[in-house]
Amino acid sequence: MRGFILSTTILFTLIASIGIASISLVQAVEPDEVLDNPILEARAREISKEVRCLVCQNEPIDSSNAELAKELRIVVRERLVAGDSDDDVKDYLSSRYGDFVLFRPPFKASTFLLWFGPLLVLAIGIIGIIFFFRGNRTQKIAAPLSAEEQNKLQQLLQDGQEPPQKLNSDNKGEAS
Amino acid sequence: MIAELGQFALIMALLAAISQSILPLIGAERLDSRLMAFGSHASLVQLLFVILAFGCLTQAYIVSDFTLLNVAENSHSTKPLLYKISGVWGNHEGSMLLWVLILALFGAAVAAFGRNLPVTLKARVLAIQAMIGVGFLTFLIFTSNPFTRLLVPPENGQDLNPLLQDPGLAFHPPMLYVGYVGFSVAFSFAIAALIEGKVDAAWARWVRPWTLTAWIFLTGGIALGSWWAYYELGWGGWWFWDPVENVSFMPWLMGTALLHSAVVVEKRNSLKVWTILLAILTFSLSLIGTFIVRSGLLTSVHAFAVNPERGIFILILLAIAIGGSLTLFALKAPALKSGGMFSPISREGGLLLNNLLLSTACATVFLGTLYPLFMEALGGGRVSIGPPFYNKTFIPVMVPLFFLVCIGAYLPWKRADLVGVLKRLKYAGLAALLALLIAWYISDGGPLLAILGLGMATWMLLGTLSEWADRIKLFRAPLAKSWQRAKNLPGSSWGMTLAHGGLAIAIIGMISTTAWKVEDVAVLKPGETLSVAGTDYRFDGVKEITGPNYSAVEGTFNVSQDGVYMATLKPEKRLYTVKRMPTTEAAIYSTFVGDYYAVIGDPDGKGGWTVRIYREPLVTWIWFGCTLMVFGGLVSLADRRLRVGAPADKRKKKKVREAEA
Repeated sequence: MRGFILSTTILFTLIASIGIASISLVQAVEPDEVLDNPILEARAREISKEVRCLVCQNEPIDSSNAELAKELRIVVRERLVAGDSDDDVKDYLSSRYGDFVLFRPPFKASTFLLWFGPLLVLAIGIIGIIFFFRGNRTQKIAAPLSAEEQNKLQQLLQDGQEPPQKLNSDNKGEAS
Repeated sequence: MIAELGQFALIMALLAAISQSILPLIGAERLDSRLMAFGSHASLVQLLFVILAFGCLTQAYIVSDFTLLNVAENSHSTKPLLYKISGVWGNHEGSMLLWVLILALFGAAVAAFGRNLPVTLKARVLAIQAMIGVGFLTFLIFTSNPFTRLLVPPENGQDLNPLLQDPGLAFHPPMLYVGYVGFSVAFSFAIAALIEGKVDAAWARWVRPWTLTAWIFLTGGIALGSWWAYYELGWGGWWFWDPVENVSFMPWLMGTALLHSAVVVEKRNSLKVWTILLAILTFSLSLIGTFIVRSGLLTSVHAFAVNPERGIFILILLAIAIGGSLTLFALKAPALKSGGMFSPISREGGLLLNNLLLSTACATVFLGTLYPLFMEALGGGRVSIGPPFYNKTFIPVMVPLFFLVCIGAYLPWKRADLVGVLKRLKYAGLAALLALLIAWYISDGGPLLAILGLGMATWMLLGTLSEWADRIKLFRAPLAKSWQRAKNLPGSSWGMTLAHGGLAIAIIGMISTTAWKVEDVAVLKPGETLSVAGTDYRFDGVKEITGPNYSAVEGTFNVSQDGVYMATLKPEKRLYTVKRMPTTEAAIYSTFVGDYYAVIGDPDGKGGWTVRIYREPLVTWIWFGCTLMVFGGLVSLADRRLRVGAPADKRKKKKVREAEA
């Protein structure tokens, strides 16, 4: 597998350097690629925005000038004309080129942290804030608050008075 | 000779930085005023030497001194003067020198403007600032020396990447770097505060202007970069979720959070620990951004492995800076006393929620940018992370934030009555609903999410305006009185209204151009017309033109609507002679409601030319909004209360009852 990846990488690099050397005459979607059926063409455009041009630096085939991107754009359209669904086309591409070809990373064990990481950060933040507000009143740590306790906490917090630090801090910007 | 002088200056700057990072620290510990004062002098000396080095390199570029490897690789004698100068930072070594220059500038600025700082705090801040300088000067001298000579100089240089030969990109890196590096001051203040074990309202007041300055430049730099991408890359996109963009966006998100939490420290003496952590994280993200871009990690982990010297060096720098500061934070932060209490529904609570959402958004971008690197490094295969990922993760985090912006601005400190606030926003809400219906009608029931998004952005804009109107009692007091109140509003309050309003306007632009962009591509022969979204583009042929270091074909388009002439567009397709690299120069006719964007492609050999036309609704609103945000930042910075040491005019302040931002 490693060898395969390495050799394809080298191959792509070669293709890319040839592309640069001959000053590629291709630029994004070319008129001759456009399908006659506007619905299919629109689908092709949407798919191409999610497909990576493998020889470029982080560019979708939709906007890339590379020869390979042009080939992939034609492949996408051929599959659509042959009756593939959008997902079929993407599956086809990722089976040929690996997950790397799709800008939408797949859901699988190795990408769980990627997809759920933001939620995790949010959850940690929320827990941190809850502890912060509880710590404001009491150092005791108990089970999570029930709605009733939450209300009570609110009540308590609102009864809480201004701390004495106020005097030495700068407070002239304060609202009533 | 001049290059050697530059080399010498760098070494002197390093020596100055080393002494500046040690002596003032000892001075602050022993309360030795002479050692502490040394920091200010050293920071000035360091700055002068870095300026000298930078001047030497610039001189080499201007006179095209190809005996220098750096100049030979990145410049050419036929390049216009502007790009000879901007070429100084258009490469790795030069951009690191610029980084160090800006760092030294900030250090010297703290020394110069920080006269009212407590002496120990100032000494410590300057020492920390110098430590960062030591790290980067060492990096520059030992792994990225811009003054390396060539034994056999070439006859001419290899020229600068043509994409970088553009006014937008000439100024984009310096602005971005001022933003990145500006956060180093907040970082130094945070570390110094940890060493002192004291964070108070005064500390926050000193930190805020520096953070705001960095934020202003970073906002401007990012906006400039996206504008450049829009007109230069030739297909009308303005944000790509490219790692290079993301690494500048992360410090922006964190820096924005820092800007808001520092307000709480200043006004309420609360959220201190969190603010310190934010300052550390924001600058760490700036460092990581520099690292990712500069180590070659972006292209792939393999590129990093091929030439690991620089990468390893920055990695060690990162480990020391981030690891060290977080360790210090873990040791010292628990001892910081927390201040004013507040109810969850309050200005403080709102700002905390802002921080939570911005941090989550930043974590999303962080994961999206770095996950592929980690996966590849750990042998987990390669994945690509692009717009579809961010649409699903980043946007859902930002939507509630945008929705809450104007509510938060209404909340008073300590505790608030949410129902009361919402009541005051009812007109903004109704108007936003109306805007939503209008958008629905105009777009013929177009993409639902975009219409809802427009409604949300309008809510944000009108809610912000309504808060401002309430504050000056617009229409509820005589106009003259409102005018008086508006004039007396503090700069930071104006700044908030401008920045939030600007953000809303930028979002309206982003949503509209994403959802309702129309594009067409066709082969046209001279005289033929392409109709795109009701506008006719008549192709009037091409002619060849020659620039200073490129040749080009220039197409001419006559743009008209219903037979009424609107504009003439002249897009170019350039071929830069040295690099043999083609670039597109789009021609854009900008109006308030949208852009008409034309790109000329290649001939088909049968007398026709490939032509791309884009219609971009409201796209300029994005940069107009960003400009407002920058302007808001500047107005806020001009607020005299933020100026260090400016004595507050108490009488005046009492007159204006301000629920200050």
